[in-house]
Amino acid sequence: MTMPHPVVLAPALARRGFLSHASGLGGIALASLLGRAAAAAPLAGTWPGIVRPLHLPARAKRVIWLYMAGGMTHLDTFDHKPKLAAMDGQPMPESFTKGQQIAQLQGQALRCLAPQHPFARAGASGQEIATIFPEIAARIADRIAIVRSLHTEAINHDPAHTFMNTGSMISGRPSAGSWLWYGLGSDAADLPGFVVMVSTGRFGQSQPIASRQWHSGLLPSRFQGVEFRSKGDPVLYVGRPAGVTPDRQRDVVDAVARLDRLRGDVVDDPEIAARLAQYELAFRMQASVPELVDLADEPASTFELYGTKGGDGSFAANCLLARRLAERGVRFIQLYHRDWDHHGSVRDHVKGTAAEVDRGAAALVEDLARRGMLDETLVVFGTEFGRTPMAQGNGRDHHMKAFSIWLAGGGIKGGITHGATDDLGYGVVENPVTVHDLHATLLHLLGIDHTRLTIPAQGRDFRLTDVHGRVVHELVA
Amino acid sequence: MAGARTRHRLGMAAIAFALAAPLPAAAGPISFDRDIRPILAEHCFACHGPDAAARQADLRLDTAAGATAARDGHRAIVPGDQAASALVARIGSTDPDLVMPPPETNKPLSAAHRDLLVQWIASGAAYEEHWAWRPLGRPAVPAAGHPVDAFIDAELARAGVEGLPEADRATLIRRLSFDLTGLPPEPEEVDAFVADTAPAAWERLVDRLLASPHHAERLAVWWLDLVRYADSVGYHGDQPITMWPYRDWVILAFRDNMPFDRFTREQLAGDLLPGATRAQTIAAAYNRLNMMSAEGGGQDKEYHAKYAADRVRATAGAWLGATLGCAECHDHKFDPFTTRDFYSFAAFFADVAERGIYHGANADGSWGEMIRLPTPAQAARQRELEALVARARERLAVDTPALEAERAAWIAAETARLAAPPDPAAKAAKLPDGVEQALRTAAGERSAEQAKLLADHHRTIAAATAPLRAELSRLEEDLKAIVAAQPRMPVTVAVAPRTVRVLPRGNWMDDSGPEVVPATPAFLSARGGDPARRLSRADLADWLTGRDNPVVPRVLANRLWAIGFGQGLSRRLDDHGAQGEAPSHPELLDWLACELRDGGAGAGAWDIRHLLRLLVTSRAYRRQAAAGEGRDPDNRLLARQSRYRIDAEMVRDTALAAAGLLVRDVGGPSVKPYQPEGYWDYLNFPRRTWQADSGEPAWRRGMYVHWQRQYLHPALQVFDAPSREECTARRPRTSTPLQALVLLNDPALVEVARALAARALAAADAPADRAAFILRRALGRRPEAAEVAVLVGLAERHRAALETDPEAAARLLGVGTLPAPAGTDPVALAAWTSCARAALNLHETYTRP
Repeated sequence: MTMPHPVVLAPALARRGFLSHASGLGGIALASLLGRAAAAAPLAGTWPGIVRPLHLPARAKRVIWLYMAGGMTHLDTFDHKPKLAAMDGQPMPESFTKGQQIAQLQGQALRCLAPQHPFARAGASGQEIATIFPEIAARIADRIAIVRSLHTEAINHDPAHTFMNTGSMISGRPSAGSWLWYGLGSDAADLPGFVVMVSTGRFGQSQPIASRQWHSGLLPSRFQGVEFRSKGDPVLYVGRPAGVTPDRQRDVVDAVARLDRLRGDVVDDPEIAARLAQYELAFRMQASVPELVDLADEPASTFELYGTKGGDGSFAANCLLARRLAERGVRFIQLYHRDWDHHGSVRDHVKGTAAEVDRGAAALVEDLARRGMLDETLVVFGTEFGRTPMAQGNGRDHHMKAFSIWLAGGGIKGGITHGATDDLGYGVVENPVTVHDLHATLLHLLGIDHTRLTIPAQGRDFRLTDVHGRVVHELVA
Repeated sequence: MAGARTRHRLGMAAIAFALAAPLPAAAGPISFDRDIRPILAEHCFACHGPDAAARQADLRLDTAAGATAARDGHRAIVPGDQAASALVARIGSTDPDLVMPPPETNKPLSAAHRDLLVQWIASGAAYEEHWAWRPLGRPAVPAAGHPVDAFIDAELARAGVEGLPEADRATLIRRLSFDLTGLPPEPEEVDAFVADTAPAAWERLVDRLLASPHHAERLAVWWLDLVRYADSVGYHGDQPITMWPYRDWVILAFRDNMPFDRFTREQLAGDLLPGATRAQTIAAAYNRLNMMSAEGGGQDKEYHAKYAADRVRATAGAWLGATLGCAECHDHKFDPFTTRDFYSFAAFFADVAERGIYHGANADGSWGEMIRLPTPAQAARQRELEALVARARERLAVDTPALEAERAAWIAAETARLAAPPDPAAKAAKLPDGVEQALRTAAGERSAEQAKLLADHHRTIAAATAPLRAELSRLEEDLKAIVAAQPRMPVTVAVAPRTVRVLPRGNWMDDSGPEVVPATPAFLSARGGDPARRLSRADLADWLTGRDNPVVPRVLANRLWAIGFGQGLSRRLDDHGAQGEAPSHPELLDWLACELRDGGAGAGAWDIRHLLRLLVTSRAYRRQAAAGEGRDPDNRLLARQSRYRIDAEMVRDTALAAAGLLVRDVGGPSVKPYQPEGYWDYLNFPRRTWQADSGEPAWRRGMYVHWQRQYLHPALQVFDAPSREECTARRPRTSTPLQALVLLNDPALVEVARALAARALAAADAPADRAAFILRRALGRRPEAAEVAVLVGLAERHRAALETDPEAAARLLGVGTLPAPAGTDPVALAAWTSCARAALNLHETYTRP
């Protein structure tokens, strides 16, 4: 028998009993506000996750995904191609490009463009990293696994983002963060289980990022990623209305609860209990979110490490918030830096964008390691596709045949490089890794068999990896 | 699957599994549709189903012939003989190499399902043609009286369950108002209905609401979800487009109760109809509702493939309740749709003029074929200006004596200037081609053409024409502006069809697949017709609503049912195929489908209003709502009604209506109520900021809020409004903390609460009366004393607190743009605003009862 779509279901809650036995909502809310009861009350609104028990031993509890939006060039960052340097300015051999899909260079003469920055060996492992990432090279080279053999199916940003996040180019599938929240629940009682932050740089065309990228798609919308913003309310509508003190807000919420309960005594409606629980969580978020973004409790050394005082909307500031979210048990944290679309001036602009993310990313990994959290946090430094070995003026075009990412932390073998591209960095020649493979590996590290986390919809079972995906065991420690 | 034991511990997850149990242990014979096909589809069809490429061991279990065929001396199923049936041995095997389904599929059969399969085989293994696809005939109504109740009561009687009594009248009118208009009833309407004990009061109410323009709006929201109507293109820069005239056409069609066959035909093929009207042209913009891209670097061919697939998914979803989109890369795994069906269906739309990538559209707003849609006033002004321009040009062409004199002088002066040696200091205007030549020609030798050239040029610089020229230029500017101000809407224009091929594995770069022509899915289509004639979108419309199509009337009847009962008779509104759900009342569904297709009881064919009227005049519709307990937790027997949260737009409308702010205008350009600053920061090409409307546009119904696919207004999105990138047949109804944050803190809601409080202050002086007024406006019913007391207490506490903190009161009253009524005590208004906020956060306020 097929299973009905879970969205038709009432949220997790005991039924009528809740109404008569729970202490008043106001009591819980007030206690939470005072910081006493967060752990005490049974959190009626929290979602325990559907994968219970885990399919596999978990190597990581959460994911922090640093998403280099716009298509990070692999040739100038993590995939060293000396032969491409030798071919600079010469025609791209047709053997590579004949019959292949091309984006903005359609119909143009194709010439090679040398790597624009030198590479150097880093760490005890001797990882090859472009010198535009001094902090990553110096601090965390031995902690990261570089994958040079990613490839994707979409050559334009919008579908490529959607594919990278949901495993499909068709809108409406759940994003990876929603899958993990649905599958594993979240340890964060007062925060959403999937948080997204976006930063903007100064060197690329700012990528449009659709909210589709963190949408819950076929899953209930409670699993949708929640955007934390750097201006205005950190979470939409989390701020109380002007002139309303916390006390008076609580008083209003209490009145709502009392009236809802009075109604609950008359009508037989279990949804009332669900709603009370959501108000309770909302009320707690009004305290927990400001507390999260208030960095007053961070020592000076933190700001030194990340190179930011926070609050400026920068990628580094978001990295620091990501660590704070991780500490609070958020399951999936995704940071977009939408500055990587370098159709022109790739030399200067890639250097500029790299400088915008280098310190924050390295600091985050190091900070997690210092706190003993790296072992349980999977950090992904990825992008939606790479860029062509062929020149587009003095820039590079979109490229889907090969690109590079790195992973660090929970379950990842540090100091290794996996997969290889051909001499010119055009196609993958060794250990190809698909986006589905990346997703399968991610789920695997979090204790989920990617073939078993499914949702029935539109007549079939959907999963993050569609009908594909292979765990890349070579990356697993 | 989890059993009852773990149900409470696991909460929602366990409930999800519990719901997977079959219908209330349907006593009586096994039904293939209801009991068996779902098991086979879930556990077997992926390898032994319609997809020939994926079929294992050459065995298919989706047809009786396939299941009973002899293969190597065995038959999977021998009807009536379980011992001889290989299937029985394989599903019961304990050998991991033999057991079916294979363990690696992660789809083990439960013992109950195994038993059911064995019983079914033992009892003859009767296959049925799928419930949604078999020919549609009208079942006999089992009893006299209301036909809907006759079918439902027969099932209730069979199950020994008694239906709940009728709900109270205040509940009934609120339920009906939400269902039919998407709006709550005004308290006066509630009072009038409660007091109207005359016979047929209910029917009169039903007819009044069905005739309301707001009923048309409510149905439009349902339809716009299906066809994915939006105000932006969806891909990449998600640029705005003008599509609202299509939305208004849908509203008007429902207002006029346009028969669904015509409704179908005008949308799919309005442009192809002889002498297509403006309205039919707008209707046919249905074919342009797909997402579009202006992303640099996109290849036209790839996007043509994307748009084609998008249209197949949407059209098949909206009309057929079918997941034909699954057949893009391979034959459908569960339903008999082939890949060829998919591309043949796509070929119906191959004549729609369109580009793959709309280069430059981000800057100039040109999304292919478009028409301008002037308002009547704009059109009149345009005609007026065109006439004025023409007249000014005529006047300019007339040679007056003054002009002739000026011209003679000018020719003389210019001729002299050209004859003299060039003066480097003098700045001579550059003369147009030919003019200088004519001037250098002696007066007597100039041709008539040259003379005209000189006269025409002089006219453009003469002092004598200057006032007239200035006037003409002003008129031309005005004309340009009035044209530019007219909305430009993408429309469907038929051109020579693009070649459509079957794309192997859906790969748009692979041209090796066979070329296809438009065709409806083979297994649903009668053979015949002229194979040489290329079918058109009009033929597709005819097939969808033709007498031989049993699918569309069932899908439509089922979805209309969901409007009145919260869920369909088959709950999978998005999939009426093998993976869907057999209807709880198949005869009722077929009877309703016939009523739609064929008409009945005084109604013509495809009369949507007639069908809705049938549903809501039943006793089943009017029953009390209750939670799911006991042996029918999902209310499949319809012994009761259901309560559920109203849709996103209705949440907004209900709050606005409670405060008396709702602007009930119908149609027109989309509006932009307040939205948090920076919400659009991550849109680009071009960058945009949300320019909020204030005043009346900000208080229009939620359905008119600008529908940005990538960043839908957050107050709609959190209440599960879909992005409309794809066909949505069913919205989820979730409960999340973000919803609470919107209702508590959204400045728009605070403003609404203040307006409601101001009304309460004006309406009554006694605190209890004010509290009752607020609750009445929010809930529709008369509140209980205990409820009034809660708000009175709240108002008293806040009044006391705000008296010592008047600045806070002022700040609260400063939210939004609506001015506070003059002469109101700010502390009292702020305190009662707290009460109104509470009332506008109640569960009941947003519950369809």
